[in-house]
Amino acid sequence: MATVADLKKGQKGVILDFDKTSLPIKLLEMGCLPGNSVELVQMAPLKDPLYINIDGSHIAIRHDLARQIPITVVEDHKAL
Amino acid sequence: MNKSIRVALIGNPNTGKTSIFNQLTGLKQKVGNYPGITVEKKEGICKLPNRAKAHIFDLPGTYSLNTNSLDERVVAELLLDQKDGDYPDLAVVITEVENLKRNLFLFTQVKDLRIPTLLVINMADLIPKKGISLNVDALEKKLDTKIALVSTRKGSGILHLKELIANYHNLSAGPTTVISKIAPEYFSKLKQALPTENLYRLWLAIAQKMSLETKNAIPPASLPILSHKDLKQLQHRETVLRYQFINNALKETYLVDFKTAKGFRAVLDKTFTHKVFGYILFFMILLTIFQAIFDWSSYPSDFIDAQFSEISGWIKSNFPAGILTDLLAEGVISGIGGIAVFIPQIAFLFFFISLLEESGYMSRVVFLMDRLMRPFGLSGKSVVPLISGTACAIPAVMATRTIENWKERLITILVIPFTTCSARLPVYLILIALVIPDDSILGLSYQALTLMLLYLLGFGMAIFSAMVLNRILKMENRVFFIAEMPNYRLPLLKNVGYTVLEKTKSFVIGAGKIILALAIILWFLGSNGFSKNFRNAETIVSERIEKQGLTPYSKNYIKNNIDLYLKNIHTSPTDRDQVSGKRAIQDSVRIRTRNLEENAKRQEIASYKLEHSYMGYAGKGIEPLVKPLGYDWKIGIAVLTSFAAREVFVGTLATIYSVGNDQEETIKNRMAGELDESGEKPLFNLASGISLMLFYAFAMQCMSTLAVVKKETNSWRWPLVQLLFMSAFAYLVALTAFQLLK
Repeated sequence: MATVADLKKGQKGVILDFDKTSLPIKLLEMGCLPGNSVELVQMAPLKDPLYINIDGSHIAIRHDLARQIPITVVEDHKAL
Repeated sequence: MNKSIRVALIGNPNTGKTSIFNQLTGLKQKVGNYPGITVEKKEGICKLPNRAKAHIFDLPGTYSLNTNSLDERVVAELLLDQKDGDYPDLAVVITEVENLKRNLFLFTQVKDLRIPTLLVINMADLIPKKGISLNVDALEKKLDTKIALVSTRKGSGILHLKELIANYHNLSAGPTTVISKIAPEYFSKLKQALPTENLYRLWLAIAQKMSLETKNAIPPASLPILSHKDLKQLQHRETVLRYQFINNALKETYLVDFKTAKGFRAVLDKTFTHKVFGYILFFMILLTIFQAIFDWSSYPSDFIDAQFSEISGWIKSNFPAGILTDLLAEGVISGIGGIAVFIPQIAFLFFFISLLEESGYMSRVVFLMDRLMRPFGLSGKSVVPLISGTACAIPAVMATRTIENWKERLITILVIPFTTCSARLPVYLILIALVIPDDSILGLSYQALTLMLLYLLGFGMAIFSAMVLNRILKMENRVFFIAEMPNYRLPLLKNVGYTVLEKTKSFVIGAGKIILALAIILWFLGSNGFSKNFRNAETIVSERIEKQGLTPYSKNYIKNNIDLYLKNIHTSPTDRDQVSGKRAIQDSVRIRTRNLEENAKRQEIASYKLEHSYMGYAGKGIEPLVKPLGYDWKIGIAVLTSFAAREVFVGTLATIYSVGNDQEETIKNRMAGELDESGEKPLFNLASGISLMLFYAFAMQCMSTLAVVKKETNSWRWPLVQLLFMSAFAYLVALTAFQLLK
């Protein structure tokens, strides 16, 4: 399954339902909830950390956390 | 007198909460600490339109009442404890217009505690620019509150906010969500156990109890128990429930046209977080900060230094001579002066740091550096403190507060004192000039290379010990790294000014107390003694001078001084053939010589006194300890006093070598002339010089840093670890170096 860590720069995805207890509650409170959109804004060298935009919330998270957020990648043709 | 109401300002970081606090209270604010912890507690007074007074508390920024850090814990604790003297009559939740959705999360939590809650939407001036349309009236109804649209940048909306605060009793204290929905069965059990308690309040207390000892007395024994997993599950459901409510409230009241909204941020991010340019830019900003700290701040520093020696001199010449005057002039004033010279560096540092923070750039540095710092047990958030450490470890330790992970923060605090702070510089400079040949290799001077090596050594040691500590320290490390990347903003100079003022003040007062106490103790030890020799110093030295004359050093010094004086007269256009002129010169030379001799005698008495003072005995006492490092008792004393502050080294040697003034050239010459006990080799040779430099590079010789570390870690344990460990390490390295090189 794809995760946030698989996104390419500028690519978007939609967060899927995930194990409710695996992610820190702070991340959920920042807007990381199933159904919300997520975009990879920028990544540091070695793809870590990742700078993402979750439902309007801009945050940086480390790769290990990003790997735990399941998504479906949205092919972004419509945005053009 | 009107009863003043207590108002708590609550909000996410980066919403401009502090700007609003500043505008409400002006300079009428005080910064303290919450009892027992080091989280800053800011409060101020605000005059309301109805002439009542509001007591405003600026609570630490938090994203939620579910706590992750010390700062956030304070907020939850205060809002839970209705018996706390600071428990607010009114909560003002600050949000900003671009992140309204996320910001409202905290609002729903606070409001569910049934505290009358007001909503501030800050940065209202951005509404048209960001393509936002906002229906305030409709949103007020949906959220069941009053809204103040504020722009701290434009200074608008503050008066309206004050009016709303004054009329706070009209606010509804109803909740936004029905918390029992997340687990009806569980909550009905809770209700049975404590029928009168607000369920959300109870739930929050239960959810936080593992990490938070709430001060209020909810008897937990009778409550149904949840497993950790169930608890997280419920918190997750709560989060979803709250966002459902928020999304519903914002659906028709808050619309964003994203085409307008994008733009500037994306462009700036492309540059600032670029894989190559991002780092180059950061490096250039660093250079500018170093330039400011080392170069620009030296002018005001020198000025302050001069002022303090003037005051000290003035006191000595205008107060009756005696023990109290000495204490005042030498102990107190020079002690305060020792702190005050750091003010420009600290002010500059905090100026830049708060500028970078206010603009949003700092979060990008955190982003860029995080991966590079991690192998050493540090975080991206450790970078700024480590940089600050090259100016002074004190503000650097304070700057670690942004690191939410306690282990990473502790490691950062522990290794900061290894970075080469500016107080080491005078010590390095004089030792390098003494023992490193004034030669060059491939156009690079040995002396400059040595200095650079010392800087690299300090930084390398910081990184290396971080790595070691990372292995040794066993700490639960649950906190995930989540850093908000706020939007770029032009910094408000007023806010920057407040920060600089407040941090500098807290440095001077906080660290000052300790430096001052120590300066007084050192002065006392240096100017008092119990032995006969000390008490009769004057007679003993006078007799010796009568019998044997002044010491060779003093004689030489007087001769050089007179020669220089005569040479200057020689070149000045006096009519020297005139008999009267000649006599005048002879007279003046005689007077001058007498004065110099008097001076030299005083110096020698002072030196003798010091040698037989408590400190002198201490120096003799530690001599066996410092001898293997290549130092004599005098250097031993200088090293000992340096534990108050490193830069004391040169000054102490100056006193011991009875060189009256602090002119480095003179001290340097005197030091160059010192011989070791065999009387053949110079005391300051390559071996002992390197040994000294290495000792200063590694030893924890700074009382104020220890004091700040104590304050920030809230225990004596860590500063003691630093003191003992670093100093022992320094000793071993210096010992090895001397024994190998001698």
